[in-house]
Amino acid sequence: MITNGEVLIKVENVHKIYNEGRLHALNGVSNEIKKGEVVVVVGPSGSGKSTFLRSLNLLETPSTGKIYFEGVDITSKKTDIDKHRQKMGMVFQHFNLFPHKTIIDNITLAPIKLLKKSKADAEKEAMELLKLVGLQEKANAYPSQLSGGQKQRIAIIRSLAMDPDVMLFDEPTSALDPEMVGEVLELMKKLARDGMTMVVVTHEMGFAKEVGTRVIFMDAGQIKEEGVPKEFFEHPKEPRLQDFLSKIL
Amino acid sequence: MQNFKDKFVMDFITDDRWHYLTDGLKVTLEITFLAVILGVVIGFILAVVRSTHDKTGKMKIANVICNIYITVIRGTPVVVQLMIIYFVVFGSMDINKILVAILAFGMNSGAYVAEIFRSGIMSIDAGQFEAGRSLGFNYRQTMMYIIMPQAFKNVLPALGNEFIVLLKETSVSGYIALQDLTKGGDIIRSRTYDALLPLLAVALIYLVMVMIFTKLVSILERRLRNSDH
Repeated sequence: MITNGEVLIKVENVHKIYNEGRLHALNGVSNEIKKGEVVVVVGPSGSGKSTFLRSLNLLETPSTGKIYFEGVDITSKKTDIDKHRQKMGMVFQHFNLFPHKTIIDNITLAPIKLLKKSKADAEKEAMELLKLVGLQEKANAYPSQLSGGQKQRIAIIRSLAMDPDVMLFDEPTSALDPEMVGEVLELMKKLARDGMTMVVVTHEMGFAKEVGTRVIFMDAGQIKEEGVPKEFFEHPKEPRLQDFLSKIL
Repeated sequence: MQNFKDKFVMDFITDDRWHYLTDGLKVTLEITFLAVILGVVIGFILAVVRSTHDKTGKMKIANVICNIYITVIRGTPVVVQLMIIYFVVFGSMDINKILVAILAFGMNSGAYVAEIFRSGIMSIDAGQFEAGRSLGFNYRQTMMYIIMPQAFKNVLPALGNEFIVLLKETSVSGYIALQDLTKGGDIIRSRTYDALLPLLAVALIYLVMVMIFTKLVSILERRLRNSDH
């Protein structure tokens, strides 16, 4: 939770419009994410929180507005977004492990092909990551042989294998059975404690309170309120946020 | 019974007439094998263009060309395409007929294989594509390492079926006076005036080849299914 004030991601007045203007998913969003922050994004469904997160690594291309990552305008046509995505890990609601590859191959694919690591080096590092999450014995299993919680932990370390500067989480526990949520949140907490910069879209308010350094409330494609968790949850100012919190807490 | 034996000897033994069948089979297999390869190559290229356009909106002109190709090829009989290539395109040239047949059946098969590949690519969950891109793979790498291997596995049964269809379709090669298996049987019929046994033999040979091929595909399918989800 050490923030040294260095801005990692800067979002400038981003709009995202779908269906020829019928859907305004993002309506003028600006924000700065600093190194070491754990930013938790909450809001009702359809509020644009996932679109916001997915636009940070340009899985959604903003209709207008700019996004800077480590000082580079990644929304510029001239930027090689693939290079920058290597430094932005992403974890999905539905894990998206590669079903045709073993667990170890899932983890080592990108380091070998993109970072040009040797197979031996990549596998050694992958085994260390597997040890971190206690799943070494699954190295040669296929994703279909794993539980949801195990799949999500593998998906997280698959991203970590690229040694990213920021990790983006898109509702990482929403598709899990309740008894598996804990193991994934534990791993995310560990990452946060180790100083990883994280942006997390989630409904887990406990996680937001415990490890979030800042909470953002989105509604109707805009950031309506943000603040440190204690203030955010105990003294919400925005009526929409008060309403939202009363429904989920 | 004696009658049957006489006919059998006359159809296949006399003058070594069984050679018409074995030589014809060789031609049929040669055309099929090389046309399959050509068809897969053409189909793969068409599918990549079409699905890239579907996914990204790029390659507009190439996509239109591919669409025209697929529409024309699938909308006209293969035997007409074969004759056009032989009598019109290469009409004034002395060209190897087997080569013409390979070209015609390969081009024809390519249009069908393209749609098979494309449906395979589009059947892969969008999350797979996003996972690849978010790791830093570019479009081409994501296709190559993540989408294609899964798509190929999904379309294998359809692809196997297409090859079986192709094998049987080559039986119209006789239209450009190629002596394939069907033509071989027909030549025997015209020599001996017995239609039953030569055509039965031809049918049997096709059937056996199709069964062997079906078996091979199912073995390959089972191997690939080891990593199923």
